Amino acid sequence: MTTFDLIQIALFLLALILLTPALGAFMTKVFSGEKHFLKPVLGWLERIIYRVTGVNPDEESNWKTYLAGLLTFNILGFLILFILQMIQSHLPFNTEKLPNVPWHLSFNTAVSFMTNTNWQSYAGETTLSYFIQMIGLTVQNFVSAATGIAVLLTLIRGVSRKTTDKLGNFWVDLTRSTLYILIPLSFVLALLLVSQGVIQNFTPYVKATNIEGTSQIIPMGPAASQIAIKQLGTNGGGFFNANSAHPFENPTPFSNFLEMLSILLIPAALTYTYGKMVGSVRQGWTVFVVMFILMIAGLAISLHSEYATNPVFGAHSMMEGKETRFGVTNSVLWSVVTTDASNGSVNSMHDSLSPVSGLVAMVNLVIGEVVYGGVGSGLYGMVIFIILTVFIAGLMVGRTPEYLGKKIEAFEVQMAIIAVLAPSTVILLFSALASITPSGLAGLNNSGPHGFSEILYTFASAAGNNGSAFAGLNANTVFYNILIGFGMLIGRFGVIIPVMAIAGNLAKKKITPPSSGTFHTDNWLFVMLLIAVILIVGGLTFFPALSLGPIVEHLLMQSGITF
Amino acid sequence: MKTLFISVKIFLVLTILTGIIYPLLITGLAQLIFPHQANGSMVIQNGKVLGSELIGQNFNNRKYFWSRPSAVNYNPLPSGGSNYGPTSKALKQQVIYREKSLQEANSLPQNASIPSEMIFASASGLDPHISPQAALMQVDRISKERNFIPKQKEKLLSLITNLTEKPQFRLFGEERINVFLLNLELDKITR
Repeated sequence: MTTFDLIQIALFLLALILLTPALGAFMTKVFSGEKHFLKPVLGWLERIIYRVTGVNPDEESNWKTYLAGLLTFNILGFLILFILQMIQSHLPFNTEKLPNVPWHLSFNTAVSFMTNTNWQSYAGETTLSYFIQMIGLTVQNFVSAATGIAVLLTLIRGVSRKTTDKLGNFWVDLTRSTLYILIPLSFVLALLLVSQGVIQNFTPYVKATNIEGTSQIIPMGPAASQIAIKQLGTNGGGFFNANSAHPFENPTPFSNFLEMLSILLIPAALTYTYGKMVGSVRQGWTVFVVMFILMIAGLAISLHSEYATNPVFGAHSMMEGKETRFGVTNSVLWSVVTTDASNGSVNSMHDSLSPVSGLVAMVNLVIGEVVYGGVGSGLYGMVIFIILTVFIAGLMVGRTPEYLGKKIEAFEVQMAIIAVLAPSTVILLFSALASITPSGLAGLNNSGPHGFSEILYTFASAAGNNGSAFAGLNANTVFYNILIGFGMLIGRFGVIIPVMAIAGNLAKKKITPPSSGTFHTDNWLFVMLLIAVILIVGGLTFFPALSLGPIVEHLLMQSGITF
Repeated sequence: MKTLFISVKIFLVLTILTGIIYPLLITGLAQLIFPHQANGSMVIQNGKVLGSELIGQNFNNRKYFWSRPSAVNYNPLPSGGSNYGPTSKALKQQVIYREKSLQEANSLPQNASIPSEMIFASASGLDPHISPQAALMQVDRISKERNFIPKQKEKLLSLITNLTEKPQFRLFGEERINVFLLNLELDKITR
């Protein structure tokens, strides 16, 4: 590692810190319905949308009605994407005459994009037409991110409102986040990416014959528009198989910087929005700091491991699965960022990372995608951990725990535990199932502990709605497509439903003014406690599984053992 | 039932907005402002597409610079890496073989170190770049194959210097050289 590498990392972190309050303040205005600079530009469109769809923007609903709307909308999105893929050959913009997608792959992909996971069992350039990529996938990229924000907003309202059952209007939250935040940001990013060389066209694939006479079919398509929202919405599903390692998705080091920043931009800024909306900016920064510390710690460990010598090869900084233009530092930084956020796009092949770098990525996945995490989902996941932390702190001092003036009681803690257990169950049980069945083992690309890591990573990625992969695993089989599909559903809605139940219950409560006995949740003591709770819950649950994969692989690698 | 109707209507409106208008608008602007990039940064000579500046190609001829190893052999349909892990026996064997072949092909001593990217496959399988060191390593072989006189070899060396891309804005990424563009210029070296 050189000073130059450190400067690049510092620059990235600095940009993230500076943009957080800027975008965070803007989003606060959007979600509270206040005046902001895009209202004169796009406000008419918002009003038209409500008029056409018959939504009354002033009508708010309780958590159950809100959830019903959210679920209906998501199921509908799933069904449409599922069907579109299966009739692909009859649809337009299919320049390569790609056939219909098999049912199990359609199921997997539809769930994947609806749940903001964007796991890819398929290779974009050889499976999906421009029509599906655009009208199927790009749409879900937007609305799944907006859904995450909507859930977060109900939680914020649950915390900040008192003695009410009204948590907002799902259609309004969905429309506003799409119209004022996701579309404008994607618009700017997409054009910047095209300037760097990301393609955006509807022409058929191009046949090239190089100077040696060998030919190459070069895929085309409307990539930039999808890649922009794929990064900003923490979706992560690539237009091409190699995702953001593909030169058409991520052509230059600058496009790499922009895409990497876009991954964390909204999740980080939402911490500021959160602080603003619950009435304490300090509270938002506290959450930001917790996430920041966890990210830096992971990054340091991962960089150290990737630059260390691999005794099997007698080499360090190995370039297997990495691109020359990004080098080791930018590949490792991306791998940490994309697993912190539940983005899941990759600019290097995680399967080929050193065991400890793979471990860092897996830890980021299994602790529930709360280090910035997905758009909306990262923060509501973090609030779950905050509830557990104040509960544990309350037990220690023998006082009813409170968070921002709201009493945390049995119901909230029960729901929080469900939200923690649902994804954990998927990771451990599904991994175990795949490890002992022939159909599970058939997909492996590596043997020994690394093979187990491939399975564990897969289900951690599915349950955390991340979507990145140890991509050697051939997951495009009926077994994996179905199992991963259910993993993603449980990982998404097994958290959303308890979170909204908590929001609904908190909204009904009174706000107790802070007293001398109040346990503060915006100081360094709390930061440390929260980090400890996250690591202990993650550690206790997953240490045995992780030791069978990356940890034992690291130890065996030190003795030069191959598999 | 009301929820379902609203769902359908909102879904339709958002599909039109994000699935049709947004990508078409980006396409229109991209084609207008950055037509070269939007269409794949193609290199066209005499009306024939030789390839894309961004997509790596396979070069086998000893007269040309060679690209990195590729898990998909530079066939973009589909792109991808080897996904071999850090304790993979198969990868170990590949690396030993590649190291030996490159040493032999370039008449390097047996213990000569080869730049990492030349013995390990890229993530996309389409990496268009190698490091300047990896290009320099191949200069002797190419000069010999092309019967270059010393002046031409000097031209080749300065070509490598000129085509080496520095970190972008002096800040981002690694020093690198585009193999395809380098080979195009290589063919233009005359006495």
